[in-house]
Amino acid sequence: MKAPPVVNKDYILRVEEQASGDVILFISGRIALDDLNHFVADVGSILENRALRKLDVNLGGVTYLDSAGTLALFNLEEQGAARSVPVTFHDVTDEIKGILNLLDQKAHHRPPLSPPKKSPNILEQVGEGYRRLFDDISQVLSFVGELFIALIDSLLKPRSVRWSNVLSYMKKAGVDGLPIVGLISLLMGLIMAFMSSLQLKQFGANIYVASLVAIAMVKELGPIMTAILVAGRSGSAFAAEIGTMIVNDEVNALKTMGFEPTRFLAVPKVLAAFFVVPLLTLYADLFAILGGLVVGVVGLDLTIFTYLQQTRNSINVFDIVTSLIKSAVFALLIAGIGCQRGFRVSGGAESVGTSTTSAVVSAIFLIIVADSAFAIMLHYIK
Amino acid sequence: MNKEPIVTVENLTTRYGDTTILENVNFQVYRGEIFMILGGSGCGKSTLLKHIIGLLHPYAGRIVVNGTDITDAGGEALRQVQKKIGVLFQADALFGSMTIFENIALPLYEYTDLSPGMIDRIVKMKLALVNLAGYENHMPDELSGGMRKRAGLARAMALDPLLLFFDEPWAGLDPVTAAELDILIKSINAAMGTTMVIVTQELPSIFGIAQRVIMLDKSARGIVAQGDPRELREHSEDPRVNNFFNRKAAEIGGGM
Repeated sequence: MKAPPVVNKDYILRVEEQASGDVILFISGRIALDDLNHFVADVGSILENRALRKLDVNLGGVTYLDSAGTLALFNLEEQGAARSVPVTFHDVTDEIKGILNLLDQKAHHRPPLSPPKKSPNILEQVGEGYRRLFDDISQVLSFVGELFIALIDSLLKPRSVRWSNVLSYMKKAGVDGLPIVGLISLLMGLIMAFMSSLQLKQFGANIYVASLVAIAMVKELGPIMTAILVAGRSGSAFAAEIGTMIVNDEVNALKTMGFEPTRFLAVPKVLAAFFVVPLLTLYADLFAILGGLVVGVVGLDLTIFTYLQQTRNSINVFDIVTSLIKSAVFALLIAGIGCQRGFRVSGGAESVGTSTTSAVVSAIFLIIVADSAFAIMLHYIK
Repeated sequence: MNKEPIVTVENLTTRYGDTTILENVNFQVYRGEIFMILGGSGCGKSTLLKHIIGLLHPYAGRIVVNGTDITDAGGEALRQVQKKIGVLFQADALFGSMTIFENIALPLYEYTDLSPGMIDRIVKMKLALVNLAGYENHMPDELSGGMRKRAGLARAMALDPLLLFFDEPWAGLDPVTAAELDILIKSINAAMGTTMVIVTQELPSIFGIAQRVIMLDKSARGIVAQGDPRELREHSEDPRVNNFFNRKAAEIGGGM
């Protein structure tokens, strides 16, 4: 008596019941990864649906068996053992024997050498967070020291600085940033002038739109906006560049050639930012005033001359000079923290990403802190 | 051994910009063999490999892998071919942010609908196969170079590929580890019938396990020799081939 063959995609199962009550399972065709779920289920149901004393499996017709298929056979054997039905394989060709011997049936019973990493509890996390914070602070401090010494050294020996490198970073951080800095400042000027004009119009104080734009941009927003843009464009680039060099052992190569990485990699970047960010700030101020001018002339019927006259009256040289000093300080912070975050990279691609993010976030944080300090200082100086 | 080709390269010409790397290259890889692509630095070995696995598009010519012309195929068809091949890159290319287990399980979760328990078993079996049983929870940077190579091999074999490609698998391995890798490649090839295509210049392994080789040359921009490496060493007349297999320096400007 024969059960009808169970036909599926690539393999064929045929169950033959002997007169003695024993059952032979004939498997033929392809046992492979693509069909594994069906195969495991089909074979499992044969075991489940019959009360067997033992199961003989004939593999004579198997044309292709891969390692996943082999696993399914091992699985069948174990399932059988769990129901105390011994499973034996017959008609095993040499090819199949090769695979069976190559693979380790007991592999999944061996415990892993290291336990799965579990997430720490809240106390550990807080502790770890503080430890990392203090680590970070001490690393930043020692980097500031190194950078300071390197900068002083390059001031004393200007010929030791790689000026061609400085120029190329000035181009990347400055010249290439002109379009976006110009566009954003122009729009800021436009928006500020437009929004303030809505209010000032009611009092007939149109002329003060020019003062408002000039004072706000030159004193505060110009330096800050520019600094944040530079942090996003160049601070991140510095961190990623140095970080990738660390991953590729390039920094170690520099060290063994006798170069000091801070001087070789960080100083040109810091100097370039120092020269170029104040210029970018001036440029941003100019475009913001231009934006205000457009609103003033088109929307408020001011003449170009009166607008510019009013602008000149509302700011003085002190404002511009302090704004430039401020942006130079921002530049040092952005480039410094960018390089430091780059040097902190260890490991692979993921670490470079983390450091780049951290470079931008830390730079923006430092910019805001420094700006607050400047606001208080300038108030008392003036 | 049946001589059914699994990879066919016809009139392949490759270029980077204006530089022609290979010109009119023709060869076949047969199912189940260990095939090596040899040649000195800069001869286009790795470029050729990248074309066969579909990472680069040829300038001219045709590449057929497992019955599909991958030069015309795009998207879905190419993915179907790529499911049937595994690649071990020179720098192992394990994902550094994932454990070894996650690295190997990634293609299984993506391309099969197996239960997590089954995937767990498959991954552990592959790890045992490359002698890394127990290392599933390690991160790639906690392993040595040779172990990472083997973990990369386990990942390349996750989907039971018909074809395995290796880019300089012995580079940076010590002789003992290299010999172990030889044995591993040979036993997988023998037991599972996986076709192996290996780009290398490692002489001991070439003589040890290669069944057939092609040798590329920079000046010829193509194949200068093919056949059994042991025969090429003994009988080749071509000085380029002779120098390569006998590890001799090319004579520079008339002698040293």
